[in-house]
Amino acid sequence: MPDLITMISVATIATIVAAATPLVFAVIGETITEKAGVVNLSLDGSMLLSAMTGFAVAYTTGSLPLGFLTAALVSAGIALVVAFASIEFRLNQIAVGFVLTLLAANLSAFLGRDFVRKPGPFVPSMPVPGLSDLPVVGPILFNQNPLVYASLLLIAGSFWFLFHTRPGLDLQAAGERPEAAFARGIPVNRLRYLYTALGGALVGIGGAAFSLDVKAGWADGHVANYGWIALAIVIFGGWHPGRAALGCYLFGLLQIMALKLQPELPNLAQVLPILPFPMMIMTLVIVNRPAVKRLAARSGVLGRLLQGEPPGGLGRAFWRE
Amino acid sequence: MITRAAETLGTLAPRLIAVPVALAVGLLLLWVADAPPLQTLRLLIEGSLGSQQRIGDTLMVWAPLALACAALVVTFTAGLWNIGVEGQIVAGAIAATWVARELSAPPAVVMASMLVAGTAGGAAWAGLLGVLNVRGGVHEIFGGLGLTFVATGAVIYLVLGPWKRAGVASTSGTDLFPREVWFPTMAALRVSPLAVGLGVIAVVGVFLLLRRTRFGLRLRATGQGRAAAARLGVPTERYLMYAFLLSGALAGIAGAVLVGAQHHKLVPSVSGGYGFLGILVVLLASYRIHWAAPIALFFAIIANGSVQLQLRLDLHSSLGGVFQGVLVLAVLLAGGWQMRRARERDRKAAARA
Repeated sequence: MPDLITMISVATIATIVAAATPLVFAVIGETITEKAGVVNLSLDGSMLLSAMTGFAVAYTTGSLPLGFLTAALVSAGIALVVAFASIEFRLNQIAVGFVLTLLAANLSAFLGRDFVRKPGPFVPSMPVPGLSDLPVVGPILFNQNPLVYASLLLIAGSFWFLFHTRPGLDLQAAGERPEAAFARGIPVNRLRYLYTALGGALVGIGGAAFSLDVKAGWADGHVANYGWIALAIVIFGGWHPGRAALGCYLFGLLQIMALKLQPELPNLAQVLPILPFPMMIMTLVIVNRPAVKRLAARSGVLGRLLQGEPPGGLGRAFWRE
Repeated sequence: MITRAAETLGTLAPRLIAVPVALAVGLLLLWVADAPPLQTLRLLIEGSLGSQQRIGDTLMVWAPLALACAALVVTFTAGLWNIGVEGQIVAGAIAATWVARELSAPPAVVMASMLVAGTAGGAAWAGLLGVLNVRGGVHEIFGGLGLTFVATGAVIYLVLGPWKRAGVASTSGTDLFPREVWFPTMAALRVSPLAVGLGVIAVVGVFLLLRRTRFGLRLRATGQGRAAAARLGVPTERYLMYAFLLSGALAGIAGAVLVGAQHHKLVPSVSGGYGFLGILVVLLASYRIHWAAPIALFFAIIANGSVQLQLRLDLHSSLGGVFQGVLVLAVLLAGGWQMRRARERDRKAAARA
């Protein structure tokens, strides 16, 4: 076993932060959507399709911003289908999301066939002058690319927005107790459309952050399964942006550890990259243990760290009788 | 009787709008891909139904898909989203492969044991998911995905490690099983009557179980509302576990059929998405097994035909998947639209009264 100290060096932490960035966008996007009461289960397909379109557009036009914009629009469009089907037709959000995830995944393979394994543009590194020279924090947070900075701002910004602004509290009310919110004059369904689209757009940026940065390029099933992990991390994060981001970095840490263990355990070399996925999902078991929940309820700090309940109106359509 | 038939037609008709919509999207995709539509359609049908050989191959896609659908209908009836069915198929395939490799006995005994082992393997994997869900409070979608990842990891480990081909480890799979334990096929065709028969038995069995037994009644009650079912005296936790176990057993048979009658070895992508495709079929069938069986055949035709399109027209085989997805989405939306119109009619009628 390589010793833990060298594994968790400053450089490694910087790598983890960079590698987890696409997931941070997706997870915070989905957290916002679910906070408003809508489950967008299409994440896995959405990320594939937005990764593909983001790469294809940036490759063809040479413009990275245009790539990210298209990716955001594609993914927001898919998310809006979920919202529309739930709000207008009261269809099951899980069912519609699941169909969309398979559909978008197949579309990404079909439409992306001309872009497979082509060298394309990627987001350049851009150290922040002055701050990047700080010890420890400098290399981890300020010697990265603009996407990483944007993801850090997003974590802080979404936390502030959700818990400390009027519109953020309205959003939570729409997801938590839609009937009561409506009685107070909050346009529940309009907010659900808005935040499902916004969350979807962030998921799309996450997809493009893979194909234009962390896993630059495109191939069939290029970022498959990351969307499912993102959905699991939303639960792990207890619908809180800070904890959700922590979950993304934890997953990044598991991935780096799997990578570093490969030479040590050649027998498992092919299996190790898969392991972080079930491990991340299985952490949900621990978080859900009654004993852990009781412990969390008793301790303030631990409670805030471990406890998270889903929004009360999550997955349920809302209508006026 | 006539009014009932008319009613069924009345509820079906709006949903049928979905079919031309899906076809239009399919044509659009062909236009994007610069493929001749009529020739594509002809190749698709020829590729799946053009000869006895091809029909046989299509049936061999249908059999595991029908088993997966039967498995899924059971859990859906209990109100559970068993996305983990994919991993349960893989677990069944692993267990059946283990028997085929290790057991030396008369071929018939080996084959029967493969099926039993597959059933047990799938049920065990689903049972684990059941414990996670019922006792651990983990949502079955995520528990199922986690266990599917583990099963996939196990296959890759086995294929490249302990069960690697003599001499070289390769992702193309393990050594072929001895010829005599390949599930017997009809004459020159690649179709195994055992596999197709198991698919038919599963479909009929699940239909009868859910419609004609007390067990089915209680399972449906559990699915429609756990609290209410519990008040009626149904031990809901136990029924949820039964649903997981039965679903996993059927999925495990699908896994045994895939290695015994199709691949004749364990390959990393042994299931290749039958579980996920099964969910699409069951959604399209409104969770009803007697509709799922023919729809599964239709999907098998598309899947098999798509392979030909890739070979002959160089069209990506994902085209079939896109068409299937659009079709299911369109049907879901059309159904929702129809219910919305019905609600509006009722509201107007109530306002007039």
